[in-house]
Amino acid sequence: MRLFGKYLLILFKSQMQYRTSFWLLTFGQFFIPFSVFAGLYMLFDRFGQIQGWEFFEVALVFGVIHMAFAIAECLARGFDMFSTLIVNGDFDRLLVRPRSTVLQVLGSKFEFTRFGRLLQSLVVLIWALSKVEADWTFMKGVTLLFMIFSGVMIFSGIFIVIATMCFWTVQGLEIGNILTDGGREMAQYPLNIYHKWITRFFTYVIPFGLVNYLPLQYILGRTEGSGVPYMLAPLAGCLFIVPCLLLWNFGVRRYRSTGS
Amino acid sequence: MRACYSVFRLKLATGFQYRSAALAGIATQFFWGFIIIMVYQAFYSQPLADPPISLTQIVTYIWLQQAFLAFIALWFRDNELFQLITTGNIAYELCRPSGLYGLWYAKLLAQRLSSAVLRCFPILTVALLLPSPYRLTLPPDPATALLFLLVLILGLLILVAVSMLIYISTFITMSAAGSLLMFGVAGEFLAGMIVPVPLMPSWLQTIVYALPFRLAADFPFRVYSGHIPMDEALATIPIQLLWLAALVWIGRFTMGKALRRVVIQGG
Amino acid sequence: MITVSGISKSFKVARRSSGFGNAFKSLFRREYTEVAALSDVTFSIGPGEIVGYIGPNGAGKSTTIKVMSGILVPDGGTCSIMGYTPWLDRVQYVRNIGVVFGQRSQLWWDVPVIDSFELLRDIYDVTDKEYRGNLELLTDTLDLGDLLRTPVRQLSLGQRMRCEIAASLLHGPGILFLDEPTIGLDAVSKIAVRKFISAINKEKDVTVILTTHDMSDIEALAQRILLIGKGKLLYDGDLDAMRAKYGAAEGGETGGGSAIEEALVNMYKEYEIS
Repeated sequence: MRLFGKYLLILFKSQMQYRTSFWLLTFGQFFIPFSVFAGLYMLFDRFGQIQGWEFFEVALVFGVIHMAFAIAECLARGFDMFSTLIVNGDFDRLLVRPRSTVLQVLGSKFEFTRFGRLLQSLVVLIWALSKVEADWTFMKGVTLLFMIFSGVMIFSGIFIVIATMCFWTVQGLEIGNILTDGGREMAQYPLNIYHKWITRFFTYVIPFGLVNYLPLQYILGRTEGSGVPYMLAPLAGCLFIVPCLLLWNFGVRRYRSTGS
Repeated sequence: MRACYSVFRLKLATGFQYRSAALAGIATQFFWGFIIIMVYQAFYSQPLADPPISLTQIVTYIWLQQAFLAFIALWFRDNELFQLITTGNIAYELCRPSGLYGLWYAKLLAQRLSSAVLRCFPILTVALLLPSPYRLTLPPDPATALLFLLVLILGLLILVAVSMLIYISTFITMSAAGSLLMFGVAGEFLAGMIVPVPLMPSWLQTIVYALPFRLAADFPFRVYSGHIPMDEALATIPIQLLWLAALVWIGRFTMGKALRRVVIQGG
Repeated sequence: MITVSGISKSFKVARRSSGFGNAFKSLFRREYTEVAALSDVTFSIGPGEIVGYIGPNGAGKSTTIKVMSGILVPDGGTCSIMGYTPWLDRVQYVRNIGVVFGQRSQLWWDVPVIDSFELLRDIYDVTDKEYRGNLELLTDTLDLGDLLRTPVRQLSLGQRMRCEIAASLLHGPGILFLDEPTIGLDAVSKIAVRKFISAINKEKDVTVILTTHDMSDIEALAQRILLIGKGKLLYDGDLDAMRAKYGAAEGGETGGGSAIEEALVNMYKEYEIS
């Protein structure tokens, strides 16, 4: 939406005012996941493979998930920092404007410095794509894009749910990091290396499995039959965001009837 | 010295008040510990020729990392100090009679200590009671346990000295976020926080052994599990002391120079 | 234009008792007391009026403003503003109002004022022509010329407040809610703000609802005042009448305050709300 673009522009101008710290932070945001990836490389150097997956296959998943996280983090930063908005009473200001609350919260913060992480995941993804053994087809490429898109939706959904909790309490919300940072660290490996119940939880409740495992099998040519269900699986994962938004609206209604 | 001690006690007491934040932090750390352990489980599930460190010891390593995170995380922010530096309110601090290095050191030390004490006991207790293979194992004998505590404290002192250097560097660059982030990332990696040191490739291990970061994390944890035998541990203690002395000396020296520059410039 | 009828709103406030025993109990069960922020508040305001909304702290002024601007949903009563019920038709209703919160800013901090204005223009969907017209009028009357290109964080409080008021009028609302607009301002800025409100009211027929603790603001601008105390509307009438009734008697002691403040204190005493 054009209006969202205008929000981004004004936030970008704001952040460019502080040029050095902008670049330093972006660099830092590159190096954090980079160090995690370096760790991954070293572990594979020593162990060779993990539960049948070899390095570049895992690197592919790593790239996809980190990219999805980076995009979601940039996009939904407003929800991530929502507690500040509520505590300052600035949410009232949003309610006085003739636009949806979701749009305004999204537009309230967009940290361009998180591009550092995005860049890093892109580098990893490109490297993995060049080295992984897979017969690439158009459909598989589309599947890859769906995986990323779905990941963004899932992470954003989690951010929204955590922000909605702010309507009830602003304390102890770091627990939400278990799902965002924790979810990311976990989903960066193909889900089947974990125990059954984890795989199930992260397929049916928070559908990372639809992003990280099923389409991956298809891309690597380990499936039989039509690839279409595998290609569309990530899109089903996108549906996750729907209950999150409903919960958000419920939270806004509660805020408006009980005051701040 | 007395001023340092009272600052230490005050900060410690204030630190203990952050109970609800600690609770949330503990839950998060448990989850992290589990995830990391599960990944290692998956790695170790295939037969590997002679791993340099066993899975049980890795599990111990990871739980100790989580329990004592406040002792090892370099990005532990003391916003108050940063603001002092960047806003120039440092002038108030300069008017105080005691040595500034000691005061700040005491502050940082107390912060980390209070945060760690709040968290380590719950985490360690539960980790001891978990079903194997997730269980934290006890040290092989009481002597090792005592040695562990000693080298852990020494490591903490070293780490605080390192963070002092970071804060002093903020004086010079006048920008808080940048210097801390990069340094923190590198320092943590070199302490074995991302990959345990024994699992690193040998060329990296050489580098890591030359630096002080592992003395606060990797070294004490492996002493605990017995992976580092006692004689090697005892031989490393003088190295810890040397590093500590060197870092504190560098810190005081650079701080003195930086402060003098600030005062001359008018703050 | 504004009809408020029987509005009531209560809040549950967690009761905190002192002592360790009570603090421990509160871990398991929260006790709440109900505080009536508004009880049966009724009034009407016609178009083009300037109304002063006064009362001691905690009386319910901000709560009423929040209800009238659609932020808060009341427990009971009805409210009709320009044909809308504020909390039901929030998105459409809010296009027609402007709000200035004295202590909080609605401008983006690090960028020039004009950038904030332009984004607000897009948020409110103001046509280019209308925007330019309004901007010109506001820039002239509030003397914003030099300020427009300056980042907000570099402005003084007085300058910032003028920009805030301008920002709230860019979309040409029919009603303006001002919550403590002159707080912290120096005398020159205060007078400028007052002149402006007066002017915009006369020229554009903007209805103004002003909450403030500064009685000289009220004297300068409002003809009518609404006094709220402990959630109830206690006085709704003409400023002159209030002054006549509660003002210090001729030859009485003034005690250091202005005549209108004296009158206010007397009024508070009579209603037992100070």
